[in-house]
Amino acid sequence: MAVAAAAARVWGSSRGLGQAGLLLLRRPWARGLARSHPQRQEQQHFPSLDDKPQFPGASAEFIDKLEFIQPNVISGIPVYRVMDRQGQIINPSEDPHLPQEKVLKFYKSMTLLNTMDRILYESQRQGRISFYMTNYGEEGTHVGSAAALDNTDLVFGQYREAGVLMYRDYPLELFMAQCYGNVSDPGKGRQMPVHYGCKDRHFVTISSPLATQIPQAVGAAYAAKRANANRVVICYFGEGAASEGDAHAGFNFAATLECPIIFFCRNNGYAISTPTSEQYRGDGIAARGPGYGIMSIRVDGNDVFAVYNATKEARRRAVAENQPFLIEAMTYRIGHHSTSDDSSAYRSVDEVNYWDKQDHPISRLRHYLQSRGWWDDEQEKAWRKQSRKKVMEAFEQAERKPKPNPNLLFSDVYQEMPTQLRKQQEALARHLQTYGEHYPLDHFEKKSSRTPGAGLPHVSLTACRSSKCPGSDLTASSR
Amino acid sequence: MAAIAATAGRLLRLRAAGAEGQWCRLRGAGLQAASAAGDAAQRRHVAHFTFQPDPEPQEYGQTQKMNLFQAITSALDNSLAKDPTAVIFGEDVAFGGVFRCTVGLRDKYGKDRVFNTPLCEQGIVGFGIGIAVTGATAIAEIQFADYIFPAFDQVHVIREVASMAQEKLGVSCEVIDLRTILPWDVDTVCKSVIKTGRLLISHEAPLTGGFASEISSTVQEECFLNLEAPISRVCGYDTPFPHIFEPFYIPDKWKCYDALRKMINY
Repeated sequence: MAVAAAAARVWGSSRGLGQAGLLLLRRPWARGLARSHPQRQEQQHFPSLDDKPQFPGASAEFIDKLEFIQPNVISGIPVYRVMDRQGQIINPSEDPHLPQEKVLKFYKSMTLLNTMDRILYESQRQGRISFYMTNYGEEGTHVGSAAALDNTDLVFGQYREAGVLMYRDYPLELFMAQCYGNVSDPGKGRQMPVHYGCKDRHFVTISSPLATQIPQAVGAAYAAKRANANRVVICYFGEGAASEGDAHAGFNFAATLECPIIFFCRNNGYAISTPTSEQYRGDGIAARGPGYGIMSIRVDGNDVFAVYNATKEARRRAVAENQPFLIEAMTYRIGHHSTSDDSSAYRSVDEVNYWDKQDHPISRLRHYLQSRGWWDDEQEKAWRKQSRKKVMEAFEQAERKPKPNPNLLFSDVYQEMPTQLRKQQEALARHLQTYGEHYPLDHFEKKSSRTPGAGLPHVSLTACRSSKCPGSDLTASSR
Repeated sequence: MAAIAATAGRLLRLRAAGAEGQWCRLRGAGLQAASAAGDAAQRRHVAHFTFQPDPEPQEYGQTQKMNLFQAITSALDNSLAKDPTAVIFGEDVAFGGVFRCTVGLRDKYGKDRVFNTPLCEQGIVGFGIGIAVTGATAIAEIQFADYIFPAFDQVHVIREVASMAQEKLGVSCEVIDLRTILPWDVDTVCKSVIKTGRLLISHEAPLTGGFASEISSTVQEECFLNLEAPISRVCGYDTPFPHIFEPFYIPDKWKCYDALRKMINY
């Protein structure tokens, strides 16, 4: 910059020599005014002496016609898919040719999640848990992407990615423990249901405020790059959260700081009641990527193989090239936003039924499996029974367990509990001695089975002790 | 927890149960209730106090009984009717809002006056400021989804404590619903303290740095010699608001009553 400016001063703003001199200086090997000798210039052949923009802010040509760029929303970025809606491979060269065992794991993860969703949603209706969010219709986005990652890749989710944990064999017992806030909950009963976290499975604890995970994920990716960890970070968010300022911050940081991160947007058509037509006016989220200099793709989120292929390739390149990738997975939120929502207030039952019946990731994969001879109605029936049984067993167990000791209300806020807080803890204990009959103490553990404040950081990464994390076995039928 | 939110929660639940059946019904036997003891045990408490409606005021002419969110909707309705520049915007306000505070307003006043924004609180606030700069009236709804409930009904807890104090201790209390923070009604509080000599302040927000400390400082400055006992603060603990431990965290009527009793016996 300084060199070019100096050159302009020496030669003035006259077109010929001055501009050529400046052009010379822009060559990577130019090292100062000494090189820009008139003699040298004849050795460079510039196709034209038309001046080029010298602005530091953009690398582009001049244009002398006034023309606004028309955003392309009518035929936007195309949707990559591998299977049609009937589960048939369209282009055989895109078939990932995954082995039967792996594809069955996809199917069982998605269906087990679906079964767990139905039971836990119902349990909220019955007042057994306080809140729940289902994943209906988006199971393909979770499982397809999770399967394409390494087990140690770090996951930052929003709140509708339970299938990623399910694929990583997070046990039903612990899903339920978190929803019930019982003694087995690694989160010690502190967060609302579906706020899962598992350090062992590299799944950062869910945090309620939207999009806060995006810049955090970028920071984690930067640290992974510095550590030469051969690790990618994946960051999930919805198309609604993408409107938050934090999303802009995250994208821009990831690109400028060259971070190995996959931004995975679940575009499911709604942010609570807000349809995409009121969320944005451009070509979805994928079209924003190039604005930041980010490699981007749009995929059919209900096609588990398309999600898999895109994530697999994004992972390979993000780590190899240290750059971010943006995947916009188009899908549909079949369920309500949460148990606090009734979506019939803002969308038609017909619309929902269409997606449930005609374009569901689970049925599309089932058709694929059946056409390969890897699955049939009998196995379907047996698996439904088995998976429901597993879920019900875990559910009944979770119900029976007590809640953690109320002392855990005060621990893990600080490394060492300050006196002021200890006094509050003691005040509560004294209060309960006198007024205990007015509190549901029978449901809470009498003595804490955990060491309070044992060096656990308060935010996010809660330890999931391996003794309490039995791997769930999707093939065994016992327990 | 706000009774209003609880009511809204129940309403939403019933409606959802109907729609639910369309596509998410469990096949086969539904969930069996746990054993009788277990069932009673697991039922969650919806509210930790008994709701007492305000007495009907006589000085305003004809009145209509409403709960809090209905009152908000009514106030918004009045505002949009009186002020043609007024607009309401925010996340999910168009269909009525997640707290049911804008129900019917879009139909009544049009989509240019009651509208959804993209999901971006900083945008909503900035946008609102801009509207106001031009002299128009901006009404922004900030949602924070459905997991931050305003503690509008703390006054009901205090009312219950006042009747408990009367009943069990023969003590009469003046209940003050402060309603505002900046500015707050210093005169009303100080006049009451001068009369009674004792002050109990309660809020759900954490104790340290909470507004009770502000009130307490000011009152001891203004009414030091009138105080018969240290000012009592019954607040949340200095921890994040918990999920399963909520019954122990909340400054409920028992904690307030206990603090009051200690103040009387000081």
